[in-house]
Amino acid sequence: MAKGLLHAAAMHPAAKPVLHLLCLLPLAWLVYAAAFDALGANPAEALIRSLGDWTLRLLCVTLAVTPLRRLLGLPALARFRRMLGVYSFAYATLHLLAYAGFDMGWDMAEILRDVAKRPFILVGMCAFVLLLALAATSFNRAMRWLGGRRWQLLHRSVYVIALLALLHFFWMRAGKNDFAEVAVYAVMVGVLLLARIGLFFGRRSKA
Amino acid sequence: MRIHTSHSGFNHPRASEITPRAAYEERRALLRLLAAGAGGAALASLAGREALAQAAQRPGQLAALPGARSAVAGVVTMEKVTDYKDASSYNNFYEFGTDKSDPARHAHTLKARPWTVEVEGLVAKPRRFDIDELLRLSPQEERIYRLRCVEGWSMVIPWVGYSLVELIRRVQPLGSAKYVEFVTLADKAVMPGVNSRVLDWPYTEGLRLDEAMHPLTLLAFGMYGEVLPNQNGAPVRIVVPWKYGFKSAKSIVKIRFTDKEPATAWNKAARNEYGFYSNVNPDVDHPRWSQATERRIGEGGLFAKKRRTELFNGYEAQVGQLYAGMDLRKNY
Repeated sequence: MAKGLLHAAAMHPAAKPVLHLLCLLPLAWLVYAAAFDALGANPAEALIRSLGDWTLRLLCVTLAVTPLRRLLGLPALARFRRMLGVYSFAYATLHLLAYAGFDMGWDMAEILRDVAKRPFILVGMCAFVLLLALAATSFNRAMRWLGGRRWQLLHRSVYVIALLALLHFFWMRAGKNDFAEVAVYAVMVGVLLLARIGLFFGRRSKA
Repeated sequence: MRIHTSHSGFNHPRASEITPRAAYEERRALLRLLAAGAGGAALASLAGREALAQAAQRPGQLAALPGARSAVAGVVTMEKVTDYKDASSYNNFYEFGTDKSDPARHAHTLKARPWTVEVEGLVAKPRRFDIDELLRLSPQEERIYRLRCVEGWSMVIPWVGYSLVELIRRVQPLGSAKYVEFVTLADKAVMPGVNSRVLDWPYTEGLRLDEAMHPLTLLAFGMYGEVLPNQNGAPVRIVVPWKYGFKSAKSIVKIRFTDKEPATAWNKAARNEYGFYSNVNPDVDHPRWSQATERRIGEGGLFAKKRRTELFNGYEAQVGQLYAGMDLRKNY
């Protein structure tokens, strides 16, 4: 019964538009807050950090799609995976642009010095480059061109991205010895990663 | 197409743009007066006028603590003062949480009175001061200082207090005293952050005796013409404007004179990142980030360019000689 309802909801023509709206909501709030000076004393910092937070959250949601699909027996959820992944990339891009513009004043030399100076910036950049590769191969044509197996191999690097993003966050907070929030995300990514490994081996043993 | 002009009757300016501020504020005061009732009418009128007279200078949040003009040279910067709202809502005070919005949210539990400050160690006249006694020890002065945080942001804050040396003189340090240690409140009952192990509590800071006796070093009791908000270190803190902000210990309960360099909270937490001196220096980077520039809070919003950080936070003329012959890279 509940499953039937969930399936109907996932297959509903409005499901994707609703998800688009949900994904755009944080951005809409940030744009509003920036325009109406509601980002607090240090708006640049608040904007950069918030965009980073939402990137990590969307990454977690994206990673949850496959385990949830299996767990709930809802293949329809797969429809949303690409979209969520692309939104993760979009927020990561805005996070990077906000850093480059508001923190570094678009000074390329300064950015390069910063990448060399701060390991957590370097880690973030690596995660972004990988994410860029995934976004660039997210189209059906790219999938065909790469071939299913190679495409899948490339896109497994989303787990590497999640771990790099986590390290980026951990290192940023290390200065304050404050890991409570980082731990929450680490547990989430850890559980999702284990679920995935479990599913992988589960499928193998059945075969 | 209809063209609206100011004559068309549609585009009225807002009432607040035509009515002079003083006029509508007076009306509001009158309304308040009426609301207060006939009983205390006369008193309320006086009090209301008093409040209006000071509203221009001070935020009107806490008890007034006016500061007279200081006789010390170079203690009033002409730069634009940071908004009180920013200065009292964007704070590092880990006893109340590590997020910069935490202190403003949680520090209301701090009881700034009764309060005493124990002065002890290598002094001829060790003793315990009551906060009221400290407030009257020397005339309160206004000092408008730049504040540079080690994290790369800065503010301009009008503090109220007097040079710490005024207190130091009265307790008469012995010849053997070389350093001053500041011990701050660590009360689990009112400070949620003290339960975490972010730092080794209580938060302690320290200065060399000559630094502590420099007239710029301020024993502060207020800011913006009022007593300190809890989140800014009520009821008494120090302000050392040429050093990174964390050197300026808040909510002080003990001042100890020693012959050895005191251990400081951040130095214990990360020795290679936060040295004992921690003088503002654009040429000596934090191991994890550059200190060459800073973001001035409240300046130009999102698109403002960062400022260049100045050696000794711009107080080199006053304090540079304290470090003559010292390698500032080694003694970071």
